[in-house]
Amino acid sequence: MLAYYLDLAVHSLKRHRMLTALMVLAIALGIGASMTTLTVLHVLSGDPLPGRSGSIYYPQIDPQDMKDYTPSVEPPAQLTWTDGMYLLHSKRATRQALMTGGMVPLQPAQSSFDPFHASALYTTADFFPMFAVPFEYGSGWGAAEDDSKARVVVITSQLNDKLFGGRNSVGQIVRLQEKDFRIVGVLGDWHPNPHFYEWYMGSYASDEDVYVPLTTSRDLLMEHDGSVDCWGNTGGDPSRLETINCMWLQFWVQLDSPASVSAYKDFLLHYSQDQHASGRFVRPPNVRLRNMMQWLDYIKVVPSDAVLQTWLALGFLAVCLINTVGLMLAKFMRRAGELGVRRALGASQRALFGQLLMESGVIGVAGGLGGLLLALFGLWLVRQQPADYAKLAHMDTTMLLATFALAVSASLLAGLLPAWRACRVAPALQLKAN
Amino acid sequence: MDIRPILSTLRRHKFTACLLILEIALTCAIICNAIFLIGQRLDRMNISSGIAEHELVYIQLAYIGERPDAMARTAADLAALREIAGVRAVTMTNQIPFGGSSSNMGVRTDLAQQKDTINASQYLGENVPSTLGIQLEVGRDFRPEEYRDLTDVYAALGKGDMNALPKPALISRAVADQLWPGQDPLGKQMYVGGGIPLTVIGVMAQLIRPNQFGDGAQYSVINPIRLSMSQGAGYVIRCAPQDREQVLKLALAKLKTLDPNRIVLGKGTLDQLRRDYFQNDRAMAGILVGVCLALLIVTALGIVGLASFWVAQRNRSIGVRRALGATRGNILHYFQTENFLLTTIGIAIGMVLAYGINLFLIVHYELPRMPGFYFPVGAALLWVIGQCAVLGPALRAAAVPPVVATRSV
Repeated sequence: MLAYYLDLAVHSLKRHRMLTALMVLAIALGIGASMTTLTVLHVLSGDPLPGRSGSIYYPQIDPQDMKDYTPSVEPPAQLTWTDGMYLLHSKRATRQALMTGGMVPLQPAQSSFDPFHASALYTTADFFPMFAVPFEYGSGWGAAEDDSKARVVVITSQLNDKLFGGRNSVGQIVRLQEKDFRIVGVLGDWHPNPHFYEWYMGSYASDEDVYVPLTTSRDLLMEHDGSVDCWGNTGGDPSRLETINCMWLQFWVQLDSPASVSAYKDFLLHYSQDQHASGRFVRPPNVRLRNMMQWLDYIKVVPSDAVLQTWLALGFLAVCLINTVGLMLAKFMRRAGELGVRRALGASQRALFGQLLMESGVIGVAGGLGGLLLALFGLWLVRQQPADYAKLAHMDTTMLLATFALAVSASLLAGLLPAWRACRVAPALQLKAN
Repeated sequence: MDIRPILSTLRRHKFTACLLILEIALTCAIICNAIFLIGQRLDRMNISSGIAEHELVYIQLAYIGERPDAMARTAADLAALREIAGVRAVTMTNQIPFGGSSSNMGVRTDLAQQKDTINASQYLGENVPSTLGIQLEVGRDFRPEEYRDLTDVYAALGKGDMNALPKPALISRAVADQLWPGQDPLGKQMYVGGGIPLTVIGVMAQLIRPNQFGDGAQYSVINPIRLSMSQGAGYVIRCAPQDREQVLKLALAKLKTLDPNRIVLGKGTLDQLRRDYFQNDRAMAGILVGVCLALLIVTALGIVGLASFWVAQRNRSIGVRRALGATRGNILHYFQTENFLLTTIGIAIGMVLAYGINLFLIVHYELPRMPGFYFPVGAALLWVIGQCAVLGPALRAAAVPPVVATRSV
């Protein structure tokens, strides 16, 4: 039965080659554009730490003065050194890490390399276990190294490949800002996207080269890059960031149960109340505790252009589908004579409906295949774009299946109405007209 | 031409006609908004900076180790750069227009003000106006004795000593108009940070902020504060447009000989910097143009397809009309008018849709309201496309000979 329907469909499609090509092309274009943009969106709004992100939280408090204050204001996105260190040392969460980004001049021991500016993350010991960072060699550093401002460094596997040819470099020395640093760990393959923990260096595809203890970076006054938000007469002197009224640190905590989340929120509130009572905080206590995905949503990590492009592509798909519905309807109606004859010869309405739907299904499958090719081409085009997320635009299995499902269901939907209308022809009327 | 016969025919193809109208409406709505978005991006990319963009090159460097004598070294660098043939002016500034980083501050005119009047970008450095080629509208440039070192400024801020801070400031016309509309800004006081007073000594015609254009693209202030290389963003050199390549090469070589122990982080012309800054906007504008073209093509092909069907379907009635005395022109006009009618209805619905989409964009993308003239642009495009698309099938219809009427199908 189905084989016969398929045969009929192919036969009918062959009779109007141009029209068939037009319908397939319209569906392919619409599907291609939509799937390209949806894939980009899917990649951009992905979970950077699958399985772990639910227990990672970003605490916020508000230490600023009353200038520009409104009761509904959101607390700032970063912490001061004073607050960050207090929260870090209170150890109220399972794990906690304070961090910020920067650049540091790196002189390889091998003379074959010129010194270069390495992108760095200055952080604290829990960073590695909290985010379950994989290590190829060695490990992260401990709280003792944080306290003693130790000259230790963790490097990425790319840097290890570049400097040491991928060999185990733990215990080796690299020179950062003309000081000797001992390598304690080499990271494995770790590229969380979005780059959630430090978003000022770029939200996507912006891995660091080196990880240095935050205390060490301040001890040596390593260059800090990122947003420094100050209030009062501070001027933002980079050598006194610890004592002036500036917010420049990012703080993440791991909270494993709902009870510990609410306990941590209370802790933040109590801390703010205490600081308010002592006069250090001027604003009324204002705290937030978002989990990682809520936080990424809040800072609008997905570029608005990518969302806009998706809307645009979906609009385009709608036009392509309406176009196909119209053409299919016209085509089916034109075959009213033929359908009338077949009805008169005993074909049921259901059988006709099935046949017509099969025809639109064939167009859908062909359009889906074309759309898939166009989407792959579209993603290749996206990868040539200048945006920082461009090179992440690859199709995965989920999106591949989604593309196909979308194509077939879209064209079946497009074929449904025309088929339904066309199979309701009154056989006698059509025969008489002929 | 009487449109009643057209309407009665369309009534027999209600559903197909409605689909065509819907397609035209959607296309029209999307295209109006897409053209508007393209216009927005082009406006952004063509923003004027108020500086001599084609005459500027920049070099960004970082020391490998600490340099306690950075200030003296920077002075030596600047002196050496000035000696290069073709160099007209040099500065070490804290931020470069269209560069990645910027320093911004709240500005108010009254110390008692709860909220800042504007957020302006703060340029620091020696000879910034003359090097960047900024036009002074009124007032004067800084005098040599008015400059302070940034290190001293930080020290004074640390001690809370307001008197040691440099008071004079240059502001852009946009800042002046916002802070003191209709008044002479010269000599006026403004306050930044927790109440640091600044006195306006001159107004610049225009000076763009490095980035964050959303806060007011032309809100810029210059303070007479000298920077060392480790504090600033980079050296900016002004020379004749044709000398830029050569000057950049010589400057790099000279800086390398003066102190080889540093890394070049970035170098190039301001033109390149501007191009790179707007590359996302350029890409987005390109995508929007592509979508518009694709939409128009798909819609046009849809019209061709439907019109062809209708022509084929009405082959016999066309023959009858021809046999009864209708000219080829009559038949041609019939299909053209039919298309015009459908397109017009589609456009009318499309306008409402376009307005709706614009409202959606206003809410979600902080876009301004679409100016009225984008609507007729979209409408005209679709009328033209519709007429072009229907021409082929209509001509085919007009070519149907009257004799068809006598044949049975």
